[in-house]
Amino acid sequence: MSEQRTHDMGGNEAGEVEFTDHDLAPWQKEVFAMRQVLGSPDRQLIRVDELRRAIEDLPEEQYAMAYFDRWVRAVRTLVVEKGVLKDEEIAARMEEIRKARLDA
Amino acid sequence: MADDRDAGTHGHSHDHAHGHDHGHAHGHDHDRTFQPDLEDTPPSESELMAQAMKELLVEKGVLTADEIRATIERIDGIEPSLGGRIVARAWCDPDFKARLLADGTEAVKEFDVDMGDAELIVVENTPARHNLIVCTLCSCYPRQVLGLPPDWYKSRAYRSRAVIDPRGVLGDFGTTIPDDVAVSVHDSTADVRYLVLPLRPEGTDGMSEAELANLLTRDALVGVTLPKAR
Repeated sequence: MSEQRTHDMGGNEAGEVEFTDHDLAPWQKEVFAMRQVLGSPDRQLIRVDELRRAIEDLPEEQYAMAYFDRWVRAVRTLVVEKGVLKDEEIAARMEEIRKARLDA
Repeated sequence: MADDRDAGTHGHSHDHAHGHDHGHAHGHDHDRTFQPDLEDTPPSESELMAQAMKELLVEKGVLTADEIRATIERIDGIEPSLGGRIVARAWCDPDFKARLLADGTEAVKEFDVDMGDAELIVVENTPARHNLIVCTLCSCYPRQVLGLPPDWYKSRAYRSRAVIDPRGVLGDFGTTIPDDVAVSVHDSTADVRYLVLPLRPEGTDGMSEAELANLLTRDALVGVTLPKAR
């Protein structure tokens, strides 16, 4: 039997359920929407099960991140895997936006 | 614990005929922590990543900004009350209830709900069985009928413990299921989503379908609480 992977936490010991909730930030909603649009029947670029696989494949330190931090990294993996975007162009654009935001 | 787990694409249920009660039932305020305004904080790595990908996808004509906006509007428009209306209809209309239990995906089309990639299975609470929904592997949720999941549904504590200590988890929500009532836990997947059809509470005989729908909360439709006649 293979070792238990990070995401496979059913049955593990864990603390009490905490009842916090918060509104999603605009970028988090955009990530959610991007996945849905990319998975639309006419595109079928990212299916839900593919997203899940990409999330499950994240290294442990990334899996420990918050929910949409995992999602956005998984979407990045998938758009690169499918040749829709190049990883370098995503990184370059992130830098551009970071600089523009700092200058603003 | 991972011995007989199947990370495949089929839903699977864990039955727990016995359990133990936790004595620490407490009320739960659903604290809302609001995000600070975007301008107040430097953008996180994740936010930059999201914006960069969106811009590039739009520039390359893979998708349009309008599609993203329309999708967000649709997601924001789905409230748990939709699930409540579906269950209230099932309480009032035995034929609809039969259709809903036989093929949830098909039946919810009567409410203009499109389950997309996923199949909807409606699990009925009975005097002998209570149902609870979780997604241990990620956070699959019947968002097409309940909207986006609450934070606790996505939490490590809920995902880990729901399958091994469901009565303890129910206790966290202040819910006690009698020992002679079985608790079935349904583990959702990307392809299979569950919705609980709770028992219609006592003292609701004269209520209209709309009044009944108002008794149904998100938590009752996930199975962590029971609906009550107000």
